[in-house]
Amino acid sequence: MEWETVIGLEIHAQLSTKSKIFSAAATQYGAEPNTQACAVDLGLPGVLPVLNVEAVNKAIKFGLAINAHINQRNVFDRKNYFYPDLPKGYQISQLDWPIVGEGEIDITLGGDTKTIGITRAHLEEDAGKSIHDLYNDYTAVDLNRAGTPLLEIVSDPDMRSAKEAVAYAKKIHTLVQYIGICDGNMQEGSFRCDANVSIRPMGQEKLGTRAELKNINSFKFLERAINLEVERQQDILEEGGEVAQETRLYDAVKHETRSMRSKEEANDYRYFPDPDLLPVEISDELLDKIRAELPELPMEKKARFIAEFGLSEYDADVLTSQKYLADYFETLLQVNQSQAKLCANWVMGELSASLNKNQIEIQDSPVSAQQLSLLITRISDNTVSGKIAKDVFKAMWDGEGSADDIIKSKGLKQMTDTGEIEAIVDEIIANNAPQVEQFKSGNEKILGFFVGQAMQATQGKANPKLLNEMLRSKLG
Amino acid sequence: MSLTEKQVSQIAYLARLSLSNEALKSNTKDLNSILSLAEQLAEIDTNDITPMAHPLHMTQRLREDKVTEQDQSESFQAIAPKIGKKHYLVPTVIE
Repeated sequence: MEWETVIGLEIHAQLSTKSKIFSAAATQYGAEPNTQACAVDLGLPGVLPVLNVEAVNKAIKFGLAINAHINQRNVFDRKNYFYPDLPKGYQISQLDWPIVGEGEIDITLGGDTKTIGITRAHLEEDAGKSIHDLYNDYTAVDLNRAGTPLLEIVSDPDMRSAKEAVAYAKKIHTLVQYIGICDGNMQEGSFRCDANVSIRPMGQEKLGTRAELKNINSFKFLERAINLEVERQQDILEEGGEVAQETRLYDAVKHETRSMRSKEEANDYRYFPDPDLLPVEISDELLDKIRAELPELPMEKKARFIAEFGLSEYDADVLTSQKYLADYFETLLQVNQSQAKLCANWVMGELSASLNKNQIEIQDSPVSAQQLSLLITRISDNTVSGKIAKDVFKAMWDGEGSADDIIKSKGLKQMTDTGEIEAIVDEIIANNAPQVEQFKSGNEKILGFFVGQAMQATQGKANPKLLNEMLRSKLG
Repeated sequence: MSLTEKQVSQIAYLARLSLSNEALKSNTKDLNSILSLAEQLAEIDTNDITPMAHPLHMTQRLREDKVTEQDQSESFQAIAPKIGKKHYLVPTVIE
């Protein structure tokens, strides 16, 4: 039988505030355990949560960026369950009146654009962290993360393949970084994805029973976990079985998903409005103010790159796919306005290749945008050829100094003196009579031989354009 | 609407309350009488009424995003049943 996969994602984006959502304790990652958990975070008696204005502003920002309806009156609820890393015995979240209502976002996959619906996005507090492998007889609890503001972004079940799910997750990941509400660091857990996966016979309208996949901390794992789960469900259904509605944990090491029964039996959260928190009202003025402050969004930037710099659709797409990549490219353009295509080629070529090879993020690149900018200027003012520039780049990557320093110390300056080049060309022509004959009898390809000889004689420093012109006129 | 003893014992479990057979019976009775009292509300047409999230006619005041809490982990951990190196320790939770 042919099956259709149906996927919805729940993304938890940690909002980049200084203090927690309901307390004035710090949110900084990596602090000594429990030193950033105050009385409110610990749920000690007599404390009162007070909502952080920045968490609200950042949630609104996201809502406006996906053209969503903002619920100007929204309410916090208690989600009740027992777990050691949840000191109060409930998580403050939003159920019936979330801050962000319906919105949508476009994804592009293989040239096709598809709109993915976003059901809602709501504010909530994160739980602490349980560490199971530190002690033999105990679970260790670190409550520094408890109370960190999260925006949970829930999609409609609109995705039909693991690839679409990844494209959507990446799109949201890019967006939250563009608008500056989340640092997007997946290793540190600032951006987490849960996937609801089900399958149904092709053509059937009714959705199949879904499993919720948790513990996915990279896009690669997201794709793998979904494909693995689809296979598992197909096997069950094709053998006449039934898929159980359950939460499953993805294990990247064993490459399997397994049932998390302990969470299932408590799956009755008995939500009710939190009496400690009053309804939140958002004024029209605040909405207008935040709308006015929204930065350029990825789609807008892409359109501008095409219109303003004449980049291809593909180039513009790649360059705007990450905020830091786009920032880097735009820094290059500040000095090299007329060289957009050259800048794009360098960012997408040498720079990206070196970053990928060394698994470095662009914001940590050893060659800064300012440094690369100078090298690109040297290419466009004919100081070095594009080919030599690659050697200069390698040296810059290895920390050997600025483009100018390297060009000078290695003597890589392009030879543009016509007299000098002419002398070399004359000598090569005199020494290679048979090849000259071949060229004259119509073998155009032999020109490459002369170029090669000249480049060898000049260690690649002859200006290629000058050299070509001179060879043609002398041989012709 | 009324609750069965089975439902009440499930609710008690979710709240980690241990009820004797007797207490289960009396609690079920009490809860059902509260529910029947509340059921009188069903007689009123509430279609045009906004659900109330809070009894006070006030809205949430917001706090500036500033860190003002100091590290007080030492005094908090002094009253914890068991601590390790800065961690709170609890009976092993098996996943």
